[in-house]
Amino acid sequence: MRLITLAIICGSCVWSYACAQDVHVFPVQGNVSMIVGPGGNTTVQAGKEGIVVVDTQTPAAAPQIMAAIRTLSARSIIWIINTSLDADHMGGNEALIRLGGSTEASERARVVTHENVLNRLVAPGAPQARVADAANSSSRVADAASINDTYFRSPKDFLFNGEPVMVYHIPAAHTDGDSIVLFRRSDVLSVGDLFTPDRYPLIDLADGGSVQGLLDGLNKILEIAVAGKYQEGGTFVIPGHGRLCDEADVVEFRDMVTIIRDRVQDMIKRGMTLDQVKAGKPSRDYDTQYKGSPDVFIEAIYKSLAGRKP
Amino acid sequence: MSKTTLLLSATLLVAPVFAQIDFSGEWAPLYHEDAPERLPGPELGDYTELPINDAARLRADSWDADRISVVEQYQCRPHGSDYSMRGLGNMRIWRDIDPATERLTAFRTHMLAWDSERTVYMDGRPHPPEYANHTWQGFSTAVWEGNMLTITTTHLKENYIRRNGVPRSDQATVTEHWMRHGDYLTVVTVIDDPVFLTEPLVRSDNWYLDPGQHIGVFGCEHAPELPRPEGVVPNHLPGTNPFLREVSEWYGLPYEATRGGAETLYPEYRQKLSGYKAPPKCDRYCTCTTLFDCNLR
Repeated sequence: MRLITLAIICGSCVWSYACAQDVHVFPVQGNVSMIVGPGGNTTVQAGKEGIVVVDTQTPAAAPQIMAAIRTLSARSIIWIINTSLDADHMGGNEALIRLGGSTEASERARVVTHENVLNRLVAPGAPQARVADAANSSSRVADAASINDTYFRSPKDFLFNGEPVMVYHIPAAHTDGDSIVLFRRSDVLSVGDLFTPDRYPLIDLADGGSVQGLLDGLNKILEIAVAGKYQEGGTFVIPGHGRLCDEADVVEFRDMVTIIRDRVQDMIKRGMTLDQVKAGKPSRDYDTQYKGSPDVFIEAIYKSLAGRKP
Repeated sequence: MSKTTLLLSATLLVAPVFAQIDFSGEWAPLYHEDAPERLPGPELGDYTELPINDAARLRADSWDADRISVVEQYQCRPHGSDYSMRGLGNMRIWRDIDPATERLTAFRTHMLAWDSERTVYMDGRPHPPEYANHTWQGFSTAVWEGNMLTITTTHLKENYIRRNGVPRSDQATVTEHWMRHGDYLTVVTVIDDPVFLTEPLVRSDNWYLDPGQHIGVFGCEHAPELPRPEGVVPNHLPGTNPFLREVSEWYGLPYEATRGGAETLYPEYRQKLSGYKAPPKCDRYCTCTTLFDCNLR
């Protein structure tokens, strides 16, 4: 009966790629699927040994995310990997473990982050509220408490469901605790907010981010990814937010960040203040394409490059 | 009623009630339209006939042709399916027929350039969701409008509408109209791009049936061509591209007309060009009939 129910749910979700209430399951490649939800994208690798989840979105979205995961596998969540400390990437950790983890205490899901994530979450004076919508947000204390497996040497790797899983640290990019995850046999990368193809990247200077680190991270993704014939397919890249991508899409995004970085760097060399740089609109040929505030993006680049406040 | 009449009636009853022109065959491009742009390639800074917005214009101004060499991932990057129809290589078209119903389920194309292959679905399937991956060929479905095949393509990767850096975004929708007149095929392409165009870009291209042609294997392998630091993306800073006025000077065109925009597409724009005098003779790309016989200055 359980199998029949699962098959019915899978059938209705996979062809239409749509499940109820704005959560969608999209098979990517090999054992890996992408779940598109209100907090962005969650990556799921499922097999006989259980489930790996990369990024858990928010506590409020957890029941829907778990229902979507159940269309892929009835097994327990064994690994959770958070690509950054953002509330929409790790806020659902505890809720997903409660809903989909093993009931055996000895099999509690391992929650992996780079150690800088934990350090920042428990730093004295760190703000408790994680996002503006506090009712649907987790707290830094709760998120920190969910982590039980930090790493400091990159890459961290493990074999699960017959597949090598490689976790690379990307220093000082979106934050200083970013990770990207390669599912080596499936040939899928899950990269969090380093890459957001439909919006400007958030360079979180307060949490250790920088524009050069972001570019180094994007170039690292390009180094790992191998395109298929004539620059299409091959390694698929699941971004933190936005549609499924491959290497060519990362190239476009990397080029955008590089070109705007070059322009802001040139304006700084010419002695322009932050206000003057913003007024010059160095991203104006990208503003019709990428969502988000150009001013916030430009300010982060400026401060990152100038290392000073206006 | 005779057996023959009965058989004929039955045949008519099961025949499709809509038109089904067959586009199958080997097709070669005709270059009587826009030859300088399509064969030797567009001049830098030539945005004529393009209804682009300011964002597209600056993007093209910033484009540096070194990018297609220095950035390895560009070296083997194919045209989008909309640009492929500009006829930069020969094309094969064939049909998929469902053997159970004898109904047409898809047209398929193979282009010489980058061995690009494309499927145009005729079975009524929906387009993928917005979070699906995009491809160079995009996702195409089609319907008949009389004898004309109207194709809608979405899920295209970002590419160009002209090979001098004028961009076409991944949010564009492309509509094509395929019309066959004997041994000639006319393709009208309409690009709607909310990111870079202020109104649809309409272009037409023609092909002729060439049953004897042989399409070879394209083949492409990317490799570092220059020593360079990691992550370099050649680009011109705003206001520094030295090549933008060349097309104006070489062809005797007013500079502002070469900058494109919807206004420049219409006859009324000529009234704004008072005092303009056409050059006495053409001396650049005047006699192109193939890629290799152009009269370069």
